[in-house]
Amino acid sequence: MANAKKHKDREINSQPENRPIFASVILFGGTIALFLALGASVSLGASEIDFKTVWSAIFQFNSELTSHQIIQEVRLPRAISGALVGAFLAVSGALLQGITRNPLAAPSIMGITDGAAFALAIVFSFFPTTGYSMIMFWAFLGAGLGTILVFGIGALAKGGLTPVKLALAGIAVGALLSSLASGIAIYNQVAQNMSFWYAGGLVGTQWISIKLLLPVGIIGLGIAFILAHSITVLNLGEDVAKGLGQRTFFVKGLAIIVVMLLTGASVSVAGAIGFIGLVIPHITRFLVGTDYRWVIPCASILGAILLVLADIGARMLNPPFETPVGAITAVIGVPFFLYLARKGGNA
Amino acid sequence: MGLADTIKKRPWIFIVIVVTLIVIAFFFSLNTGASTMGPKDVIQTLLGNGTDKHQLILFEFRLPRIVIAILVGAGLAVSGAILQSITKNEIAESGILGINAGAGLAVVLFIFFFQTINLAISSNYLLPIAALFGAILAAVIIYLFAWKDGVSPVRLILVGIGVNAGFNAILIIFQLKMDPQDFTEAITWLSGSIWGTDWSYVLAILPWIIILIPLTMIKAPSLNILHMGDEIASSLGIHVEKERGLLLLIAVALAGASVSVAGNITFLGLIAPHLVRRIIGPKHQFLIPGSALMGALLLVVADIIGKNLLAPSEIPVGIVVSALGAPYFIYLLIKTN
Repeated sequence: MANAKKHKDREINSQPENRPIFASVILFGGTIALFLALGASVSLGASEIDFKTVWSAIFQFNSELTSHQIIQEVRLPRAISGALVGAFLAVSGALLQGITRNPLAAPSIMGITDGAAFALAIVFSFFPTTGYSMIMFWAFLGAGLGTILVFGIGALAKGGLTPVKLALAGIAVGALLSSLASGIAIYNQVAQNMSFWYAGGLVGTQWISIKLLLPVGIIGLGIAFILAHSITVLNLGEDVAKGLGQRTFFVKGLAIIVVMLLTGASVSVAGAIGFIGLVIPHITRFLVGTDYRWVIPCASILGAILLVLADIGARMLNPPFETPVGAITAVIGVPFFLYLARKGGNA
Repeated sequence: MGLADTIKKRPWIFIVIVVTLIVIAFFFSLNTGASTMGPKDVIQTLLGNGTDKHQLILFEFRLPRIVIAILVGAGLAVSGAILQSITKNEIAESGILGINAGAGLAVVLFIFFFQTINLAISSNYLLPIAALFGAILAAVIIYLFAWKDGVSPVRLILVGIGVNAGFNAILIIFQLKMDPQDFTEAITWLSGSIWGTDWSYVLAILPWIIILIPLTMIKAPSLNILHMGDEIASSLGIHVEKERGLLLLIAVALAGASVSVAGNITFLGLIAPHLVRRIIGPKHQFLIPGSALMGALLLVVADIIGKNLLAPSEIPVGIVVSALGAPYFIYLLIKTN
């Protein structure tokens, strides 16, 4: 039985070898693809605007043209915040999977997203005039609450956080926090605002969100990159990392704070968007190997591309209505989750 | 300890206690609601001496709602009890496994294609059937994905979680294509609510419950044996796959019928059988009726809480059940291996 489990662990964590050249290609090609996706995102929508106008709206802005105003005030902030949020979620997932060595670790599965949503229900209910930056701070606290609860259950649980326990603990914490959030929202009659925001995705994103996302991104992604090497080592196993002289507690703690920061900021801007943090790190590791110095930058590029494309889908699927972008990422992510469940649930 | 042992040896005592509690909750629930109506009025009205207004409130609003809570609670709890036994998994439940979401999606599609949620009374009877198809579809998908040289309990749960998320995503996409009023009602209904129900819904779900729960009780000996493991079961002469398939179908049908009238209520099917098993042990002759009663009691109580906690606003009962059920579930996670 123990042998089988060990074998299973190895199977889950067996990753392809590192491919730095391939990774550089992804970084380079991915950046180009990201800019193309951003361009498409800006040009597609209720009123189609051709690429030339997009170009001139960005570089020779003329405030008298409606199309230029649409681009500057509506489409550009939406596209850019989509890219940032996608990158944040992907990196959060990569960090979580790296430190827990658990293939199902991701912010939406672990109740972190619901924690942030819970905090926002409180803010919307009791402090409706709160400014943007404070909302983000609250989301950060809420993400922390969700994280602490899930990891707390893991620490108390017999046998630790196995993939299935992690998923179940995430469901339980998520259900608890989101039902409390609904109760609070219903009582204070902000339920409609809440659900609009929760499923709203990137609708109505403004430049101010980007001003707040950017510093979080620089700090969060920066620390994630600094931690990358330690996480590669940690991913070999806690004992190995300790044997190599790593302060594993410090690395894990810092990584979790980064996850809270990135996820909290994402949720406060874009609501609950699941599965990017689950899917992208797996794809990235499949492509570039397990060296997190490559995984983290590549995951952030790929996450950005995925969310920008999903957001285009959200607008185009059922015009003029918006489809929640979280539903689209879920439709993409669920088959992937099922694949992982088949592979990882091999008890 | 003395009391617990006595109850374990004499499950009838437990059954009597739960029935008494249901009766108390029933009358308590009759007395509470948006418009005040004292116990005296309630008794007068029940005896047939009430005013027209009181009769309307009692017989057309409050009574059907409580009856539905009882039926749905019983249906979900028995469904959970069956699923836990045949998968030999303490945390199996139709909500967590995604069966409820499948039923919910089918109902939303049904409403979407037949336009209105305020269906004529005749179509109310079709809702459980639509839900049944969705629930069966979900169960088949889960089973197919979880199958890999047999179905391991862990894989079943993980696949169920994924299927649940997938159905919910498709659900959201379809909801948005509805017109706003249908949309609001669908949302309310899906988050697990038994408000705005009337007798036609009672009649829609009643046949399912009164046929399937006794059928499950007849099958209790098979459940006892299946619970021991496939090898023992087949050596005792049980047709394992056939019995399991039939019981699974019953569980799925109960969940589907419940969801079709009360929306997606998660955790109830998990908690009720679990509590009962702890109190009176795993014998299915008592576990099944015990779970049905416990489920009914829990849902009536949750409905009372939902009606009164934040009055005049109502909390959907599904949310109340989640808020109470999730901590219990967490406790289970910490405790079990």
